[in-house]
Amino acid sequence: MINTASAIMGVAQAKEAASERVIGPDATAIGLRVNGVARLVHLEPRATLAEALRGPLGLTGTKIACNRGACSACTVWLDGVTVCACMMLAIEVGARNVTTIEGLATGDKLHPVQTAFIEHDAMQCGFCTPGFVMSCAALLEHKPDPTADDVNAAIGGHFCRCGAYPHVVTATLAAAAARKA
Amino acid sequence: MASDPTTRTEIFPAGIASVGLGEVKRQIPIDEPSPLAPNAHLAIIGKPVPRQNGRAKVTGATRFTVDVAIPGMLHGRILRASLPHAEIRAIDSAAAARHPGVRAIIPIVIPGDPSSSIVRYIGAPIVAVAAVSMAAAEEALRLIRVDYKPLPFVVDMDRARDSTAPAVYDGASAPRGHISGYPAAAGLPLNGNVRGPTTEVRGDPVKGFAEADLVIEGEFRTQVQTHCCLEPHAIVADWRADGLTVYMSTQFTAGVRHELAEAFALPLNRVRVIVDGMGGGFGSKSMLGNYGRIAVALSREAQAPVRVVLDRKEEQMDAGNRPGTWQRLRIGAGRDGTLSAISVASYGTAGIGLGAGIGNVAQAMYACANFEASQHDVFINAGPGCAMRGPGNTQGAWAMEQTIDELAERLSIDPLALRDRIDLSPTRREERRIGAVRIGWNQRHAPGADSGPIKRGMGVAQSLWGANVQTNCACEVRILRDGSVEILSSVQDIGTGIGTVMAQVVAEVLGLRGDQITVRIGDTDFPAGPPSHGSRTTASITPAARVAASRVLQSLINEAALALNAAPAQLIARDGRILVRDDPGRNMKFAAAAARLRTDRISAVASRSDDYAGFRRRMEDAAMAQQDLGGVQFAAVAVDTETGIVRVERVVAVQDCGRPMNPLLIESQVQGGVLMGTSYALFEERILDQHTGRMVNPNLEQYKLAGARETPAIEVVALENYQGQSATDAYGIAEPASIATAPAIANAVYNAIGVRLRSLPMTPAAVLAALGKVPSRSSRT
Repeated sequence: MINTASAIMGVAQAKEAASERVIGPDATAIGLRVNGVARLVHLEPRATLAEALRGPLGLTGTKIACNRGACSACTVWLDGVTVCACMMLAIEVGARNVTTIEGLATGDKLHPVQTAFIEHDAMQCGFCTPGFVMSCAALLEHKPDPTADDVNAAIGGHFCRCGAYPHVVTATLAAAAARKA
Repeated sequence: MASDPTTRTEIFPAGIASVGLGEVKRQIPIDEPSPLAPNAHLAIIGKPVPRQNGRAKVTGATRFTVDVAIPGMLHGRILRASLPHAEIRAIDSAAAARHPGVRAIIPIVIPGDPSSSIVRYIGAPIVAVAAVSMAAAEEALRLIRVDYKPLPFVVDMDRARDSTAPAVYDGASAPRGHISGYPAAAGLPLNGNVRGPTTEVRGDPVKGFAEADLVIEGEFRTQVQTHCCLEPHAIVADWRADGLTVYMSTQFTAGVRHELAEAFALPLNRVRVIVDGMGGGFGSKSMLGNYGRIAVALSREAQAPVRVVLDRKEEQMDAGNRPGTWQRLRIGAGRDGTLSAISVASYGTAGIGLGAGIGNVAQAMYACANFEASQHDVFINAGPGCAMRGPGNTQGAWAMEQTIDELAERLSIDPLALRDRIDLSPTRREERRIGAVRIGWNQRHAPGADSGPIKRGMGVAQSLWGANVQTNCACEVRILRDGSVEILSSVQDIGTGIGTVMAQVVAEVLGLRGDQITVRIGDTDFPAGPPSHGSRTTASITPAARVAASRVLQSLINEAALALNAAPAQLIARDGRILVRDDPGRNMKFAAAAARLRTDRISAVASRSDDYAGFRRRMEDAAMAQQDLGGVQFAAVAVDTETGIVRVERVVAVQDCGRPMNPLLIESQVQGGVLMGTSYALFEERILDQHTGRMVNPNLEQYKLAGARETPAIEVVALENYQGQSATDAYGIAEPASIATAPAIANAVYNAIGVRLRSLPMTPAAVLAALGKVPSRSSRT
């Protein structure tokens, strides 16, 4: 389940941690909890979460397409809340759990949204797809029985130039139905 | 009649399935397989098979070019012109060269060299740097000092046409042919910034207009649209002593290999181009490009792999665009709707490039004996245009399909009935019939008939696109001793799912399931595949895949024949087995037959043969089929006459792609085409500041794109249209799916409010201006 309170506390923790000492501009050790595993990266404080994930952590499923929060291709979860990883510094994350597209499946078992995306062809080139999957999966976490309008609202900040929106909506509604079954 | 020993006669299914199938006799190459049955009789082809690489895409595992990292890889960045027109007098890179982490600096502009020292648009490359990190490369760029001598510039096409406007080029420097991959006639006159015209005349237009009962005339404008691929243009170049390997987000691996070999004087066997995930191209990633050349040059200079990824601003300024146009179209017609003359004049701008024409919609969509066209390119100080989904015809259809709509109204003939009279294509006739039922055309009311502030309307428009085929196109199919199967080709999957379609074809031949076939594509080490532009990939590669699979199956059957004690001609492959046709109980597993192979694998390579009835025309490695690809789209809109907001509520798209290979993938692609057309119709526009030449919306939030909330309900119908022209009889879908959308919406807007919008995009301001509620915009780019 989404824990909004935890997400807000995470900001507070990060601020507290940052206020203790001056860090940067050189690379510094940043601890991140990603897909359930504690990781340590050495990055300049200006590095975004997206850069940390894609670079030293090698989690390239998180995509950068606009790098300014306009397209949502870089969507990940912080304690279950969707954020644009390009709009957040890695050092801001603090104790919050980061979930990326690589962490959504349980072992070989895909998340129902992933399965439905494949079945309903909710993608074309696939570059924006991880971001869409993360937002649609988050939607089902806090609204297990969404309407098409709910899905459109959840993906309202995402761009797909191939135009997969209709199939994304179909797939997400199908995933919701599959979870209930 | 003497028989040609290299061919044989076969009877193919022909016609549109929903109308009724007939037959056509063809001479086909002796070594090509028998005609493929209509989809209803097939096991895998024509079925909605999910894409094979879907799992990789939804788990983030797909490796796109931006994800490629090679040990020791450097990061390249490009310093770009900050003025729209200037002579570069000097470049000082000394401080950048000393900056920590910088490994190579190469000049693109050479001060003092008249052929190289002029920059003509903001964003033109000047110097490139490779460094150990992106940050170091960025810092180095900021240390480079460029001495500009500003020159007068023009970024507005109307101003650029004026003889007193600053000249973008002089006669010596102007491009003569195509510089951006889009064909442009060579050897045309240049007057100021206006190049051309290319002209075409048929019959006697003067006489045709004199004989007309009425003449409809209109001026139309289309804006500049940018491609906005989600994956930026990206390349990783790895120059080594023994050869060059390039990972590139490209629509044409084999073409880029040729360009690289030529640009860097390398033999083809020393150049390899690879793409796995490819994050959208839409025409803008068909060629090597300046950034590609730069990356390779940096890698050669630094002796290390170099990655160049454009940022979003670079994407918007220097990665191509759909040229803007102004068109004046006149149509003369008789009272019965018969067209007696068509005349079109166009001026278009592809910035500093060529290729801003309006295609062949006016020429070829409708029967008309008398026709004239003159098309001009206008240079302005802006980034070069290039092909973009349905280039030319998308702009041309905007004018033509609205004018036909206007003609129908003036003649008091239903727009569909008028088209039934003047459009000779049986394909589009059937598409109109199907679409009219789906959209509920009989509910359409008179223009502006709704009484409230929100007015609804319905419109229709048609598309025309050539059925392109790449003849330099091959595919290899291998059967391995354990019964596994591989398909190999350099063809790339740009999001259409072509690999899945190839697997369907091969599985159908071998009697296997699609998921039993491994598809290895996007690598020039494999047989050369077609480009993925011009809607030609499926038409080109699927026949080659079927022929290769048939040949390799023959080798396997020869082995099985010994084991089953049957003649090879009696054996067929079905349901994972090789069996005797007339005695299916005598059979063996496919894998058991493969286990008998003498060697670890057998293989066949086949290339795309000519269409069985020949091509309409050939162009080097490419050709155009005899038939066109058509589509008819219907739009239903709601226009808020108080806010000017147009909502597209429904679109019905009825499209022709020959034999539909995979309805699920086709639906995706057509929905995407309709959405791109909707976005073009209502939102998108590159805006250049007249005073600085700068693009003011070089991003993805002020450059407006349709998103989920703007997406209409899109219904897709793919005709089953057999011609008996190749081993699969499949043709393309991507571009025809986008061409008709904007004029269909415009015709629906007219039907809603009774006022015609002739300029794109149809923004709320434009709608309110058309309704006389606000003043209209005066100046456009």
